[in-house]
Amino acid sequence: MAQAITRVSAPPPVRSEPKIKLPWPLSIYQTAVGKKWVMGLTGAALLGFIVVHMIGNLHLYEGPLEIHEYAETLRDLGTKLLPRTWLLWIMRIGLIVAFALHIHSAYSLSRMSIAADQRYPGGRNYIAANFASRTMRWTGPIIGLYLFYHLADLTWGWFNPDFVRGDPYHNVSESLSSIPVAILYIVANTALAVHIFHGTWSMFQSLGVNSPRYNHLRRYLAAGLAGIILVGNLSFPIFVQAGVIDDNGRSIVEELQHGAAEGEDH
Amino acid sequence: MSAEINLTLKVWRQAGSSAEGRFVTYEANGISTDASFLEMLDIVNERLIEGGEEPIVFESDCREGICGTCGLMINGQAHGPQKGTATCQLHMRSFSDGDHIVIEPWRATSFPVLRDLAVDRRAMDAIIGAGGFISVNTGAAPDANLTPVPKETADTAFDAAACIGCGACVAACPNSAAQLFTAAKVQHLNLLPQGQAQRWARTEAMVETMEAFFGSCTNHGECEEACPKEIPIDFIAWTNRDYIKAKVKNRKLVG
Repeated sequence: MAQAITRVSAPPPVRSEPKIKLPWPLSIYQTAVGKKWVMGLTGAALLGFIVVHMIGNLHLYEGPLEIHEYAETLRDLGTKLLPRTWLLWIMRIGLIVAFALHIHSAYSLSRMSIAADQRYPGGRNYIAANFASRTMRWTGPIIGLYLFYHLADLTWGWFNPDFVRGDPYHNVSESLSSIPVAILYIVANTALAVHIFHGTWSMFQSLGVNSPRYNHLRRYLAAGLAGIILVGNLSFPIFVQAGVIDDNGRSIVEELQHGAAEGEDH
Repeated sequence: MSAEINLTLKVWRQAGSSAEGRFVTYEANGISTDASFLEMLDIVNERLIEGGEEPIVFESDCREGICGTCGLMINGQAHGPQKGTATCQLHMRSFSDGDHIVIEPWRATSFPVLRDLAVDRRAMDAIIGAGGFISVNTGAAPDANLTPVPKETADTAFDAAACIGCGACVAACPNSAAQLFTAAKVQHLNLLPQGQAQRWARTEAMVETMEAFFGSCTNHGECEEACPKEIPIDFIAWTNRDYIKAKVKNRKLVG
């Protein structure tokens, strides 16, 4: 006997099918759950970078030469296999791609949610949603803008007249000794920690990493990582302001390089 | 101990889906604390009818918390202040004399208001229609226990199957995502042996139908708190996992 099938009529969809259907596996990224996977994976990569970056920056407390050597070691990574700085550039390109995908998926999913959502004119209560989860769309752009400033300030040296390429200690102490810059770093890194607090927990859900026996640990991990990043990253502007990190405007690395150049002349 | 309380209701009134809606304030005096929330609205409606006014339209059916027909945003909380309780099982003893109660319909773009507090939830039916079933050959009923199911699996599947499809998860979600509803409806079948044949087709079809109508989950967890059946968001994570697996497996099947 033929089966009677009644198609369910429903209100018009909020989201239309993509105009161009990409081939597999790119088609996964055209779906919302697929985008959440990409957001979670890129978030994990970016989080890994942030943790390593913070730990690496602790070399500032050893002194100007030590952090300079650390920076040189990063450039020397993989030199037995590849030309100098290549491995560093491969990692940088990976991070740029991850960052771009993280932003694009967030933008695209936010648009989808905004289209699907309607406000409650009578107001609504939040019970489970916390400050971090509700401010992801604010902390994200703050981190993005801060990252641009951070690169322009300490990598490209646009805003620092005393910028010395290859001397992180000097550049950090010159930049962060300005009070507005120190405040900017404190605000942005607090936003970063708040973003990480929700993002780390959320990542497990989005990637389907869920096992009732260990689920409670996900919140501790999120709080722990956010806390470590917060304490580590805020220590730099605070200790520069306190005068712990200070080279009195002298770039030891510059002097060293001049010394080396003069040595070659003789 | 039964007592009577006087309430001030601020109720969303809307004459039709295309009409402009607004809040109307009603005094609800002498309401028994033994009345359920819907009985309180019944009393208010009787008084409105006696006064020659249009009664407030709201949906209800079983009134014992198992059908999922009722559902109101009460003081900004889906199904009101009591955890794990549908609107019909919420009683007026949860409120105090002199309380102001704001009553609104579920709000989401795919839940258009039909009238007053009633919304069109057919978008959820579309998700079920996409794969929320198992296909079996008809005939004599199979022997009981023909298909063994471990107790823990049955319990977990039943936790998901407790979903009554009321839409509170969508209403409570700041993104109007239907992830908890869809996940519950996907997982109660995906967990069981009977659901395996269509597992990957079901997961892909239901998730993608959901995405056509509702927002994207950002893991706030509001749905879990609003759910009258207290369905955990763990099912959402498992569905996210099944979805990617489905995307990998299903690609081999389409020629």
